Amino acid sequence: MSVTVAKPGEVRHNYLNAGDTVLSWLLTTDHKRIAILYLVSVSFFFLVGGLLAGLIRLELLTPQGDLMTSENYNRVFTMHGVVMIFLFLIPVIPAVLGNFLVPLMVGARDLAFPRLNLASWYLYMAGGLIATWAMVTGGVDTGWTFYPPYSSSYSTSQVTLTIIGAFIIGFSSIATGINFIVTIHKMRAPGLTWFRLPLFIWAHYATSVIIVLGTPVVAITLLLVVAERVFRLGIFDPALGGDPILFQHLFWFYSHPAVYIMVLPAMGVISEVVSCFSRKRVFGYHFVAFSSVAIAVIGFLVWGHHMFTTGQSVYAGMVFSLLSFLVAVPSAVKVFNWTATMYKGTIDLRAPLLYVMGFIGLFVIGGLTGLFLAALATDVHLQDTYFVVAHFHYIMVGGTILGYMAGLHFWWPKITGRMYPEGIAKLTALVIFAGFNLTFLPQFVLGFLGMPRRYHWYPEEWQMLHVMSTAGAFLLGIGFILPVFYLLWSLRTGALAGPNPWGATGLEWKVDSPPITHNFEQTPIVTEEPYAYDNHHEPEEVFSGTGASTTKR
Amino acid sequence: MALANGHDSHTHIVPIRVYLLVYAALLVLLVLTVGAAYLPGRHTLLNNVIALTIAIAKAVLVVLYFMHVRYSTRLTWLWASAGFFWLLIMFILTLGDYFTRHWVPAIGWE
Ligand code: HEM
Ligand SMILES: [Cu+2]
Repeated sequence: MSVTVAKPGEVRHNYLNAGDTVLSWLLTTDHKRIAILYLVSVSFFFLVGGLLAGLIRLELLTPQGDLMTSENYNRVFTMHGVVMIFLFLIPVIPAVLGNFLVPLMVGARDLAFPRLNLASWYLYMAGGLIATWAMVTGGVDTGWTFYPPYSSSYSTSQVTLTIIGAFIIGFSSIATGINFIVTIHKMRAPGLTWFRLPLFIWAHYATSVIIVLGTPVVAITLLLVVAERVFRLGIFDPALGGDPILFQHLFWFYSHPAVYIMVLPAMGVISEVVSCFSRKRVFGYHFVAFSSVAIAVIGFLVWGHHMFTTGQSVYAGMVFSLLSFLVAVPSAVKVFNWTATMYKGTIDLRAPLLYVMGFIGLFVIGGLTGLFLAALATDVHLQDTYFVVAHFHYIMVGGTILGYMAGLHFWWPKITGRMYPEGIAKLTALVIFAGFNLTFLPQFVLGFLGMPRRYHWYPEEWQMLHVMSTAGAFLLGIGFILPVFYLLWSLRTGALAGPNPWGATGLEWKVDSPPITHNFEQTPIVTEEPYAYDNHHEPEEVFSGTGASTTKR
Repeated sequence: MALANGHDSHTHIVPIRVYLLVYAALLVLLVLTVGAAYLPGRHTLLNNVIALTIAIAKAVLVVLYFMHVRYSTRLTWLWASAGFFWLLIMFILTLGDYFTRHWVPAIGWE
């Protein structure tokens, strides 16, 4: 693979300048351009979800419900949840970083089904627009979990429309999942055996398995809610002869594994970044790879831990509790292995690594509090309190979003050909970490003290904790706005990156930044294990921090 | 790339006749389902068994012929079986709840 660095002023061919009409973007089948389409759209929905979160926190500043009515408060937290989960957290890493990187990392020219890939973006947009339409024409107030019989028989909000939106978005993730599975099975470059694959690929493979096997179940389940709502078919509503617990089983059969759809891809990012900036191979590669698969499988066996107090049999509860403890094992394996990777490594403390370290700390807290919740006796006290809210935000914001930020910064030079500004990026990572903890640490305390989730009135004595949380949320907001500015700024003024500014291993770093439309001039041949940082030194790529990187050969 | 190497590029062409036959079979099974619902006497259990058996037969036909699994690689078979295996997980763990609820007397579950 010949690697050349752009000389100043010289414009090389790449996927970005391959066409500049709007249609060349809207009809593209290039996985890299589709990743950019997704980047823009998920960022938009992240903004919408973030503004709704801001409203929630403003309302909770005071013990009274003075900013909005209870009805509207229900709508605001529901739409926050729906937008964040279905339109942001589930697609964000697979559809943006995964779309961009999976073909590059396996040495392919594109995903297996490029048109299906484009179709998935259109489905995402269609579902997103329908959900948005539902939001502006009345909103939803059922909680993102759509529990019947409230959702099917009593709510007067836009339940049907929102569910149709979520249903369509489900198909977009299935399309992405199928594309990844087929690509990873069938299109690996010669020599790229399964155990030479980057762990990012293993993580995306495991995620795709969950998507393909789980999403159809939630899609049909939500459709049944619509059937009950519109045609009064008795499925979940006891008044019509249905069983509401059945909905919870079917919903969580997907929605617990869905939390791993959100976090597994982030774990893939962490493995790449941690080994690059520690200049070491990932400790226990096989364990990290198989723990992704283990999480995907065991993750399907634990859903009942969401139903300990809702009428499920206590015997089923005991089994689900035990299995939930099991799923923590592969997660812990990963955490130990990342830490061991850093141990005695040659640490280069760049912004992506800061995010990784944040991820490890916050994911540990999130995972351990999950165990409190998975224990039958403690869950009776903690169910439906802010403790649960804090638990899942530690994993979803502290895990998924920090993983995404790490990956976005790490591969930004590859995606855009430009370096992001290191100083402010590091500062931002710290702001996000501080803002995050200020927002959610008090919520553990609140929940333990008994503050229920989804209420906006609360006793006076909890106000201080709520004020801290709201202050943290605004700091966090600043932390997410800063990258918008400096990343956009870097598009024009950032230093030219060169093919491999971090001196990283992996096929994606062997091609130009940004890559050409078909990724590789010739099909690459892989002859060594991944993360071979300590075997030999990569052709030293020095990033000077000011100008273009230079290649010493 | 494996695709270009061609060991997967064969696509089996299924004659239209097969599709039509399967379609006809599905219609016959549909009529049977409806007919079974009108069986004299109210054998709920028997009715369920008949209806489910017919439903499984239909699903198998669709999977094997309409979805081409019959002519596909072992990897496809593996994935198709995984789908059914996961369905089994869903049923077993859900029924695990329903069958054990009565073990502990609780208000509302008598
Ligand atoms: C270490 C493994 C984990 C365990 C043992 C665990 C355990 C639990 C339990 C028992 C609950 C139910 C609490 C209740 O409602 O009373 C829960 C809720 C939740 N968890 Fe986890 N969890 C784990 C990992 C994760 C991960 C990785 C994510 C997300 C990426 C996540 C996201 C959530 C969400 C969103 C909820 C709340 C759902 C809702 O009711 O709205 N959890 N967790
Ligand atoms: Cu769960």
